[in-house]
Amino acid sequence: MTLTPQASPAPEQEEAPRTPADGQWHHVMRTVTSGNALVGVLAVVLAVLVGSILILATDAQVRETAGFLTARPGDFLAASRDAIGGAYGALFRGSIYNTRAADFQTGIRPLTETLKFAGPLIAAGLGVGLAFRTGMFNIGGRGQMLLAGGAAGWVGINLDAPRLVQLPVAVLAGMLAAALWAGLAGVLKARTGAHEVIVTIMLNYVAFYLLFYALSSQSILQAPGTVNPKSLPMDQNAVLPKVLGDRFNLHAGFLLALVAVAAVWWLLNRSALGYRFRAVGENPHAARTAGIDVGRTYVVAMLIAGGLVGLAGVNQVLGTVPSGVSTDLDAGIGFDAITVALLGRSNPLGILGAGLLFGAFKAGGFAMQASEGIPVDIVLVIQSLIVLFIAAPPLVRALFRLPTQEAK
Amino acid sequence: MSQTVTPASVPEAAEPVRIAVVSAKTTVVLAVLTLALAAAVGLAAQSGDTSFRLAVPTDVVRLPTVSVPSTATAWIVVVLMAVATAESLRRYLARRPTPLWLVALFAVVGLVGFLAWAAAGGTIPVIGLLAGSLLLAVPLVFGALGGVLGERVGVVNIAIDGQLLLGAFAAAVVASLTGSAWVGVVAAMAAGALVALVLGVFAIRYFVDQVIVGVVLNVLIVGVTSFLFSQVLTENTESLNTPPRLSAVAVPLLGDIPVVGPILFRQSPLVYLLYMTVAVVTYALYRTKWGLRVRAVGEHPKAADTVGIDVIRTRFTTILIAGAVAGAGGAFYTLVSVPAFNREMTGGAGYIALAAVIFGKWDPIRSTLAALLFGFASNLQGVLSVLGSPVPSQFMLMLPYVVTIFAVAGLVGRSRPPAAAGLPYRKG
Repeated sequence: MTLTPQASPAPEQEEAPRTPADGQWHHVMRTVTSGNALVGVLAVVLAVLVGSILILATDAQVRETAGFLTARPGDFLAASRDAIGGAYGALFRGSIYNTRAADFQTGIRPLTETLKFAGPLIAAGLGVGLAFRTGMFNIGGRGQMLLAGGAAGWVGINLDAPRLVQLPVAVLAGMLAAALWAGLAGVLKARTGAHEVIVTIMLNYVAFYLLFYALSSQSILQAPGTVNPKSLPMDQNAVLPKVLGDRFNLHAGFLLALVAVAAVWWLLNRSALGYRFRAVGENPHAARTAGIDVGRTYVVAMLIAGGLVGLAGVNQVLGTVPSGVSTDLDAGIGFDAITVALLGRSNPLGILGAGLLFGAFKAGGFAMQASEGIPVDIVLVIQSLIVLFIAAPPLVRALFRLPTQEAK
Repeated sequence: MSQTVTPASVPEAAEPVRIAVVSAKTTVVLAVLTLALAAAVGLAAQSGDTSFRLAVPTDVVRLPTVSVPSTATAWIVVVLMAVATAESLRRYLARRPTPLWLVALFAVVGLVGFLAWAAAGGTIPVIGLLAGSLLLAVPLVFGALGGVLGERVGVVNIAIDGQLLLGAFAAAVVASLTGSAWVGVVAAMAAGALVALVLGVFAIRYFVDQVIVGVVLNVLIVGVTSFLFSQVLTENTESLNTPPRLSAVAVPLLGDIPVVGPILFRQSPLVYLLYMTVAVVTYALYRTKWGLRVRAVGEHPKAADTVGIDVIRTRFTTILIAGAVAGAGGAFYTLVSVPAFNREMTGGAGYIALAAVIFGKWDPIRSTLAALLFGFASNLQGVLSVLGSPVPSQFMLMLPYVVTIFAVAGLVGRSRPPAAAGLPYRKG
């Protein structure tokens, strides 16, 4: 498999010299309609449209009124408006600002929830994206998060130390565990040529059973005197502090994710190591010819990628769910991270934006399910359609009859 | 270190006569596995006998159940494994590769020894174990065949999981509506082809990266099927989600052969469809003009185009067929395994099928064998967890995955996909 998920970023070159007939306005129009930002917006519009059709097609009220559409079209339209408006209104109120809240503090709470959900998505997305940039497909996010959660949880429960020691040690232990786990896939690829897709999938299962074993053994992680595979809650000193006071769930994990974005940006764009990552990702043969140790680059890239995914696991165990380690601590983030990395085109700032968007969908989706009874799965549909449409600018252009990008 | 550790890729300039460079990987892996079993038996010796039951009650000719003393058998097996490892080492020192039959023999003997040790005091239903493995492997084999066809024509198909899931969904709904399981299978194939069509439109027509489309399609189909399941199927379970089953049918004569019959020929009709599909895909890919074209397009589309093969059309038709094959595997979940659709019921089997494609080096037969291996692994888990064993169950359960990693690292090694897999073709 050749992996180039940066999906040929369209060269942002100026068009051919304008003729005097081209007005200034025309030029602006042309720049806007042939740029990528507009395609992004339209992709979101298209995805939301398709989502609306799904909601309408399955809404009982709408189907009922559709039966006598010709006789009483007003009923059908009103039912449709209620279904769509209710769904997206709930999505907005659940993810950005609750317009029905009594005061500002309650109203803004959904936005902080969005940021809370975005934290681990960004961190894990960076891990998958970094591997992409080095030409590897890291499907092992789940296993890496599970081990990170297990290690961070163990330190968070058992290390009896002041906050300034326990919290950082717990965070680092989680990242280290995930880094080594992912690094194993890197070493196997470098030394034996084993395909990282197979190895990381298999390591997901192995990590699951390892954590399951740890959570079933009183001597390792299982809460004393219980039979459930679950650990004790985190020590108060190991929990990531709340950023905006106790009224909000937003914790410092989001800030760690932001630091990670900056670090990965610097690593990829400003450091020699990042240059080697990208060179190997673009063309390992050329990189080898140029004197880059390709195998070692794979190993180092997987170590760092694993550490980043581990940060997402740490985020869950020490921040979002500090009530104890369990085998479902990854909450699907390991796989969501793949879509986040793809939507962000494996670029740290893009991943930040994609993580925020998906965090908003996650927060809003639960609100939509609770208040409107629309299954939260519709969010998955819209998310994946956005990625699909953004990845296919020619299709969006064709659908909206936009001018094509001028040839180089 | 990377350049030097992969002797397979380094031509030996000093010895032009000997081209094949032998790697020590296989020998190392065999040695590690031998030591692992020896350590297990040495540290946790078992008492009692282990029985291997070779017949099922309905057999016409019933073979007796074989009982062996577990610890002694395990030690004999360790010795045999050591001999095989020594033979591999001897061949390595003589710069000859370890032949496949030796590896296969090693694996079978090692497995018998492991089972004798792990199931001490119990009875292993050999027939049930193998027949169940075959059944569990059905969606994996169909998925892997779909993956092989796609990659051979140059389209990486990560969407196998989506094809299985949509196939399962379509089979459940259509079979419930029509009351015919076979119509459900056809619907499953159509659903798989539909996913392939979307993949093709984006990847071939609009040049979107195939891996992106595949991953995203998987998420999309999880979303769509779960949404429809919650919104529509749960309220109309009677009419939409109670499909008829494709129950096991014994083949006359063949089904009466001892051991082989109950394993291979007393299965669901979907398994018989599987045999045919494996044969047809293999024959078509290697022995027909169409197959030659497919492989040419996957290896060097430009050259294929130059000699007059329509690359775009070949890719489209082939991935549609591949999608139908993978979709048929989805029917397993709702028509054979559990007679109802449930959300995310494939449980990531498509990714295991993808692993089987790579494990099998993009060859239909080898990929089928790899998929059967995964099916055997998942069935072994169930059997062992019932029997109970000296090590914590979690380690037993992770064993197949660990062994797969060993196998991929030690025996398969650097695998080479079709040269043009993943690359969009732009004419001109």
